[in-house]
Amino acid sequence: MQTSFTPEQLRDPDIAESNRILRTCVHCGMCTATCPTFLLLGDELDSPRGRIYLIKDMLESGRPATEEVVRHVDRCLSCLSCMTTCPSGVNYMHLVDHARTYIEDTYARPWPDRAMRRLLAFLLPSVWRFRVALIGASLARPLARLIPGRSATAERLRAMLRLAPAHVPGPSAMERPGVFRAQGPRKGRVALLVGCAQQVLAPSINEATIRLFTRMGYDVVVRREQGCCGALTHHMGMRAAAMRAARANILAWHDEITREGLDAILINASGCGTTVKDYGHMFRQEPEAAAAAAVSALALDVTEALWRFGYRPTREPPGLTVAYHSACSLQHGQKVTAEPVALLRRAGFAVATPKDAHLCCGSAGTYNILQPVIAGRLRARKLAALEALKPDLIAAGNIGCLTQLSGGAVPTVHTIELLDWMAGGPQPAAGGAARGA
Amino acid sequence: MIRQPEPKPEVLSRRDEIVAALRALVPPHPLSGESVIADPLRLKPYETDGLSAYRQPPLAVVLPSTTDEVASVLRFCHANGVRVVPRGAGTSLSGGALPMADSVVIGLMRMNRILEVDFDNRLAVVEAGVTNIGITRAVEERGFFYAPDPSSQLACMIGGNVMMNSGGAHCLKYGVTANNLLGLTFVTIEGEVLRLGGAHLDAAGYDWLGLVTGSEGQLGVVTEVTVRILRGPEGARAMLAAFGSVEAAGRAVDAIIGSGIIPVALEFMDRPCIHACEAFAHAGYPLDAEAMLIIEVEGSVAEQDELLARIRDICAPLNPTSMKIAESAEQSAAIWKGRKGAFGAIGRISPDYLCMDGTIPTSELPGVLTRIGEMSRRYGLAVANVFHAGDGNLHPLIMFDANDPDSLRRAEAFGAEILKLCVEVGGCLTGEHGVGVEKRDLMGVQFTARELDQQRAIKSAFDPGWLLNPSKVFPLAQAAG
Repeated sequence: MQTSFTPEQLRDPDIAESNRILRTCVHCGMCTATCPTFLLLGDELDSPRGRIYLIKDMLESGRPATEEVVRHVDRCLSCLSCMTTCPSGVNYMHLVDHARTYIEDTYARPWPDRAMRRLLAFLLPSVWRFRVALIGASLARPLARLIPGRSATAERLRAMLRLAPAHVPGPSAMERPGVFRAQGPRKGRVALLVGCAQQVLAPSINEATIRLFTRMGYDVVVRREQGCCGALTHHMGMRAAAMRAARANILAWHDEITREGLDAILINASGCGTTVKDYGHMFRQEPEAAAAAAVSALALDVTEALWRFGYRPTREPPGLTVAYHSACSLQHGQKVTAEPVALLRRAGFAVATPKDAHLCCGSAGTYNILQPVIAGRLRARKLAALEALKPDLIAAGNIGCLTQLSGGAVPTVHTIELLDWMAGGPQPAAGGAARGA
Repeated sequence: MIRQPEPKPEVLSRRDEIVAALRALVPPHPLSGESVIADPLRLKPYETDGLSAYRQPPLAVVLPSTTDEVASVLRFCHANGVRVVPRGAGTSLSGGALPMADSVVIGLMRMNRILEVDFDNRLAVVEAGVTNIGITRAVEERGFFYAPDPSSQLACMIGGNVMMNSGGAHCLKYGVTANNLLGLTFVTIEGEVLRLGGAHLDAAGYDWLGLVTGSEGQLGVVTEVTVRILRGPEGARAMLAAFGSVEAAGRAVDAIIGSGIIPVALEFMDRPCIHACEAFAHAGYPLDAEAMLIIEVEGSVAEQDELLARIRDICAPLNPTSMKIAESAEQSAAIWKGRKGAFGAIGRISPDYLCMDGTIPTSELPGVLTRIGEMSRRYGLAVANVFHAGDGNLHPLIMFDANDPDSLRRAEAFGAEILKLCVEVGGCLTGEHGVGVEKRDLMGVQFTARELDQQRAIKSAFDPGWLLNPSKVFPLAQAAG
């Protein structure tokens, strides 16, 4: 596609990168077909091709972002379904990331919007702040229906309270920094991103991961310095905060790589996985470029690692049907599609996949709070498709999706918890609920 | 930039009034909060379609959700002399949805409901904004499918398919859109809602359906479509036959069709295309070949085996470098994924392309391919060939760089020369993409002045004021209105 950047603009490496991406797009329109927002809103402007056009115009003009463009870029889930569909190989992810940073740098959002975003950026990536906030929210949950009005802010506050769990689990002893030693003969050494929001919402996911990998013969390293991967702020265009979070992880893991060596860096929240795998690109012009690339090269979703390391179940199959929900970050962001299903089957579950599996459930990081109406439609659609499979459980590899899909008729569970269970771990809470049903 | 009719000053000057009237006619969408777009910044993404070399933002875009809303918009435009450009998914490769500065674009993307599926009578009634593949998805659980399958079938919408009489790889056996269409809900420029055809194969009286199909949005706006759905075959298998030269592959196509075999699809790709598509689809295409055929047969396993064996025998004397039969449904799907993504995959090797759409008698294939190769050298522009070889429908993709104006000019001249060659050897200008703006100035190569006059008379009978998509199909100097 034609672009019209000046030679001076192209000296900016970010613009040069976006120009390269835009020139790969041939405007064929295939991406529109699999975009969740185009499907719901029926407007070119809410499709990847329309957004690419708006972003191109915004960057070429060099002018501050305007409300009209921000509205449509904000509606993008960053589900990256378009990247799976695109025959030309357009890197929409890097383009929209650039656009979000550009918007954050040049556009003054109305104050309620600004405040909400700052609040999310302040709370979510910090384990203790998020825990305190979540306890507050869980107490305030019954008040959701009392929030008056149909304004965007009211919708967002209601969405926040609805997403809060009724019960907030306590901190887990297993996530403390240190090395969890391999059981039996040691086969290797891996690092685990214990992350931020996930360990508050569902500490059982990290516990299952550590149990399963140590049982399989791997030392699991949890570094003190690691924390939020940076994705939450990255997707809100807050570049400095995202880079700060990512840098801490890169330095910690790189230190681990150079000292004792790592066979893999395990990620069990696929939303984080997409970002950690992109560290190499995010830091391409930073002093940590080489370290970031090394970290990205080692990053694996837990299911990828289990597949490589030769996962074997030990228990008798429980005779349960699992509806597998492929998180967008896993299927589109990382193109990991076969492994989770194959592993669940190997573990003895009957696995079914829903109609329109490529469509997002509406979670998308902070999207279900910032765009609650669209997210709600997508959730209902996804739940209907999953429940039509008449499953005992819904499994997914991303905490965002699990939170978004909870509260329906079928209990939700992380894939790793089921795999750990079948390899000798405890029965996940959801597994019991399914059996009781 | 492509020439357009002079915008009407009286329309441009009433812009705000027109936008306000449209807003009153079409209520805001419950999720997006709007149904009329009129600010210059957000009109830009609507300035073009799948042929992005040509661009023009419209006066406004309106996104109706019902036939009644479409009718009321058309009634208003008719009463006020406002030009209208209907748009589906915006995947046209001939610029069929290119707006004019004084036009209102009617986007049908929100009309995406499946209205009725009647398995007993093998038909489906859908709104115009349902995607081509969406029809098959709605009926496949019971083993049915909708046959025409343009490469853009994932995204392109049935309303646009009807207006362009679209084809696709499997039309060799099943025919194009016109052969699979039973009825239409069709809104005239006066805002009158007509039902053409219906739940039966033929209608009494004139074949209005045949007249309207392929009319490129110039006679009215399609809002609902009744299509024939077919029961899927027992099975199908694709075969890849690779050749050491483009000409040998061309001769193989001619020999297969000449033998009386009608494969369900017979597709051709040359070397640049094979490489670009393999990078996207990982289908196991032969990267050492100069040209490749995708040959699909269907039926019972015994039938498939027999046909494939005969095709092998026919190809053998032409020294294929390899012949490979898909061993699983996944392999067949990957083979088709590459083919269907071919145009977009060219984006991997060139920033821009023009996709030609001429049709020739299959016996002329080898000679025409040689001459396209000569032209490519003469114009200094690479060309990738991918096309429906079985019915002689060529899609040479001329690669150029839109950031270099001279490169676009050469690409246009190259394209025109290919299409003239198609007519010269007894073929025609367009197989399935429509004339649009892209080929309108070549219509004189195909038709005499009198023939063009007759066609314009039909347009005038439906749309005396030439408000409906007027800059398309006919050479601009001769377009009325």
